[in-house]
Amino acid sequence: MISIREKKPTSIIRKTGQKNALELQYLNVFYDHFQAVKDINLSIHKHKITALIGPSGCGKSTVLRAINRMNDLVPGSRAEGQIFFQEKNIYAPDVDPVALRKRIGMVFQKPNPFPKSIYENVSWGAKIHGYGGDMDELVEKSLKEAALWDEVKDKLKENALRLSGGQQQRLCIARTIAVKPEIILMDEPASALDPIATLRIEELMKTLSENFTIIIVTHNMQQASRISDYTAFLMTDENRTGYLVEYGETGELFVRPKNKKTEDYISGRFG
Amino acid sequence: MEIRHEYTGKMDLLNREIIKMGILVEEAIGKAMECLIDRDEEKVRSVILEDKEINTMELEIEDFCIDLIAREQPVAGDLRRLITALKVSTQLERIGDHAVHVAKGALRLSEEQEPIPLFELPKMAELAISMLRGVLKAYIENDPHEARHIASLDEEMDRIHDYVIQEVFSMLMDTKPGQRKATTLLFIDRFLERMGDHITNICEWIIYSVTGIHEDLDH
Repeated sequence: MISIREKKPTSIIRKTGQKNALELQYLNVFYDHFQAVKDINLSIHKHKITALIGPSGCGKSTVLRAINRMNDLVPGSRAEGQIFFQEKNIYAPDVDPVALRKRIGMVFQKPNPFPKSIYENVSWGAKIHGYGGDMDELVEKSLKEAALWDEVKDKLKENALRLSGGQQQRLCIARTIAVKPEIILMDEPASALDPIATLRIEELMKTLSENFTIIIVTHNMQQASRISDYTAFLMTDENRTGYLVEYGETGELFVRPKNKKTEDYISGRFG
Repeated sequence: MEIRHEYTGKMDLLNREIIKMGILVEEAIGKAMECLIDRDEEKVRSVILEDKEINTMELEIEDFCIDLIAREQPVAGDLRRLITALKVSTQLERIGDHAVHVAKGALRLSEEQEPIPLFELPKMAELAISMLRGVLKAYIENDPHEARHIASLDEEMDRIHDYVIQEVFSMLMDTKPGQRKATTLLFIDRFLERMGDHITNICEWIIYSVTGIHEDLDH
């Protein structure tokens, strides 16, 4: 018989011997003179789902985009501090952001497939990164991992834009995993989808977390509590700069938050 | 303006229902005690009848809590408070059942011709009432210190419980009354003692509600 008491959160965290996928150390991000986030320290656990939650403008998307240097594309942005990925600071001068984004992939809020065939959408990334293996096999494997294969296997040459919103988003996930990243960043991946498509994405994330580390930004607190293993709560200070209020195991944070601000926010009493 | 105004209003309503239920249970214990002393058959019927109301209240509170969970999805302190309300209503219902058992026991004793010593059974009932009043106050005030204090009174309940057992055994040795009579006395003793345990459980849930920690107060 399984004892519920044995399943206490503390006993299932493998604190020792578990290598973290990422270490954010005193991350500060600026857009020109405006400081978007300050002193973010986070250890992202490998093959777990970490949710970033917080009110609008708290900097959670900024943190997410700092992790694969997407912010580099924003004119006037700069990052200070360090993000260690496999023991190397991703902001070191010799790091190639394009190569980094292959290993730390991203799925966006709105599904953004290319106006090409389903097949080409999945093979595209692998092709430009010089994939030399069997492309058919890779496409099939990626679509299966994204739980889309059964729905599209007979129409791989069809235009991806004919797919439903939920299918398009799973296609984007297939495209992301086709280049074999280690980390997948998801920025509100289900906010444009209906409840059923949302649940499919959530189920998919759970399955994917067996092989990938996932970091998700979500406004939906029920979604964060349903799917994530760890949750980070951010909010803004008087200068509208985002900072980390609390970070911990999701079960703990949603039942016994340590910080009053966290309690107020997740209980809907914030503001 | 408070953002969760609607939810807060519903929680206030729920807490008022819990207190109402607690008062009914308290009255039931009082009447059960009177049954013991007065041997009033009518009063026994009234305890049984009013227990139906307590049972209905428990079901209504359960439905209310399930509705709140489904529609409001409370988390953190809100969730702990709601789960505590649910647990408290279950414990109160059990105490109500024990009051009925005590009243029915009193009815059986009333059929005896000879006067029967009640030892300290009325004192146990008084202690149960006093503990129940205290725990309802601790519940509504979210007071873990008071909850710990109330739970500590259960030691006195256990002491009297042991004393009554010894006395009934001595009575059996000395006067050899009917086994039925002795058994009924022991059952009443046991039901009153269980009331103290259920109140202690409520104390533990009050502490959990405030602190998020399960504290074992059953020493």
